[in-house]
Amino acid sequence: MAAAEKQPVTITCAGPLNGALSAFLTWVDQRFPLMSLWRDHLAEYYAPKNFNFWYYFGSLAMLVLVLQIVTGIFLTMHYKPDAAQAFASVEYIMRDVPGGWIIRYLHSTGASFFFIVVYLHMFRGLLYGSYRKPRELIWILGMLIYLCLMAEAFFGYLLPWGQMSYWGAQVIVNLFDAIPWVGPTLAIWIRGDYVVADATLNRFFSFHVIAIPLLLLGLVAAHIMALHEVGSNNPDGIEIKKVKDPRTGHPADGIPFHPYYTVKDTLGAVAFLIVFCVVVFFMPEFGGYFLEYNNFIPADPLKTPAHIAPVWYFTPYYSILRAITEDFMIVLALGVAGYVALIWLTARGFGTKLAAAVAGAVLIFFMKGPEQFVIDPKVWGVALMGVGALIYFLLPWLDRSPVKSIRYKGPITKAALALFVISFFVLGYLGTLSVTEGRTLTAQLFTLVYFAFFLLMPWYTRLDKTLPEPERVSG
Amino acid sequence: MADKELDPGKRRFLVAATSVAGGIAGAGAAVPFVASMLPSERAKAAGAPVEADIGSLSPGEMMRVEWRGKPVWIVRRTREMQESVKASDNKVADPKSERHRELTPDYARNELRSIKPEFLVVVGICTHLGCSPVDKFKAQPEAFDADWKGGFYCPCHGSLFDLAGRVYKNKPAPDNLPVPPHAYLSESRILIGEGGKGA
Repeated sequence: MAAAEKQPVTITCAGPLNGALSAFLTWVDQRFPLMSLWRDHLAEYYAPKNFNFWYYFGSLAMLVLVLQIVTGIFLTMHYKPDAAQAFASVEYIMRDVPGGWIIRYLHSTGASFFFIVVYLHMFRGLLYGSYRKPRELIWILGMLIYLCLMAEAFFGYLLPWGQMSYWGAQVIVNLFDAIPWVGPTLAIWIRGDYVVADATLNRFFSFHVIAIPLLLLGLVAAHIMALHEVGSNNPDGIEIKKVKDPRTGHPADGIPFHPYYTVKDTLGAVAFLIVFCVVVFFMPEFGGYFLEYNNFIPADPLKTPAHIAPVWYFTPYYSILRAITEDFMIVLALGVAGYVALIWLTARGFGTKLAAAVAGAVLIFFMKGPEQFVIDPKVWGVALMGVGALIYFLLPWLDRSPVKSIRYKGPITKAALALFVISFFVLGYLGTLSVTEGRTLTAQLFTLVYFAFFLLMPWYTRLDKTLPEPERVSG
Repeated sequence: MADKELDPGKRRFLVAATSVAGGIAGAGAAVPFVASMLPSERAKAAGAPVEADIGSLSPGEMMRVEWRGKPVWIVRRTREMQESVKASDNKVADPKSERHRELTPDYARNELRSIKPEFLVVVGICTHLGCSPVDKFKAQPEAFDADWKGGFYCPCHGSLFDLAGRVYKNKPAPDNLPVPPHAYLSESRILIGEGGKGA
């Protein structure tokens, strides 16, 4: 639209400067899509009226993102990305920089809360089927944000250069070392040295303060643009665009995001900040879960701490990694065989059956043991850990239920989701502990549950008895 | 020019040719950036051999030396410790160090994985994911193994190694601890990082 054709902006609320403000906004709007952005994303973005508690976490994730960026900018003013000075510079921030301690605790606590909020946000998606058509891309963009967040947290965790920073980075970079053929070169390329060293710290700093945050911001923008294109899901999992108010043409069950949800989210932000500040002021280490005690010891390349564990938000995947032992490979091979049999018995096309059988045979061939492994169990552990984090991408296509929301799903799906949440927590808890035989066995059991939730989803969601979805949103 | 008819074939060809040329130039431009992340010349030069004085090491003791930023352990094994290695032959995954032969120099490819039976020299980095295992030399029941014969325990993922750095079966670590190239300069001095042939 040519600038001259645009309507002048009028400010409706009373005030002495209304005329001047309206004229200024009109001037801007003719040169920049100010009012259309305002309308499309806030004042006339119609969101379902039945959002509940679970819908706070999207806006809270944005709040924490801003908090992390702002505190990060100020930490960067005092931090030194140098193996000889990094640890001391963090202590300098904590002790000598005015207000440094609170900025640093806001940042370190913010990291953990980022994951709390994002995990709850993802769980909301699981509850109400927010990943289903037409929101597959929102889900995929969200998963990319989650991966970026994990990378951001991992790179940032090296920066204090404590024992956990050092050995955590050592273990994670060595995961790449396990990739057949290119692994060792890749690991050296990532580290920039043969062990985690000054070069590694310096580049992780670069990734942490600029590369990943830029990616993250772009992905967040894309996530929201995709959301506003198709519209928000809701606890009933039905499309509000189906029933429109005949007078206005807006969804009958929709309300403008602003002012209704901006006000609701502000309340959520206040409640969140109360909890957040209690942690920042009274328990910033959170019993060793948010800041691990071993990280108050400077990095020592010659000595691994007696007990090492990643920060809590990585521990479910870490447990999966540790669960893959030589003995467990036979269970995995049997699992693959069973899965192929399931596909063979239920798939319609012969092509699908054959493809599944061939893929299964290849997988089992590479798993065979125990005398001679074609691919080491270590590699399988790394691979399954990766698959464990990436498998969420497939959810939009794994869920075959005729309904989206848990409210109308049947008992099997509800039980499966409950089991999945339990396995996520158990794996997460085990990942913080040291290894014993019993714990490994438990981790192996829950690793199977974790993967079964996803891999069997196409079958149990179709089998399950669902309730009919309502025409209009309830409550 | 203006009245010339559009030749779609020519346009397609030119667009494709420009895209391919641009793509190649882009990939070429990425080379220095990717290469800049490889170890620098300074990092490569830091891999010089180091000397260790083992004269003051008493039987049953271990010392750590830093070589290429990694811990190298030197253990002076008592007679019992050497016996425990022989006793664990059936517990370890690769008793003869034949998997990944580059992890063990030929002059140390024996049951005790050493040049002299008394001295074990290994890189103290777990072959699983690079943690440094802890020494648990005493043969006594442990939480991780009720029939523990003495060796090393990795706190990260529970891998076990015997007193010759050989990995136990059914543990996350796939390989024995690497024996670095090393040679005896005298009775009490070891050079780590360079090994003579059959020294």
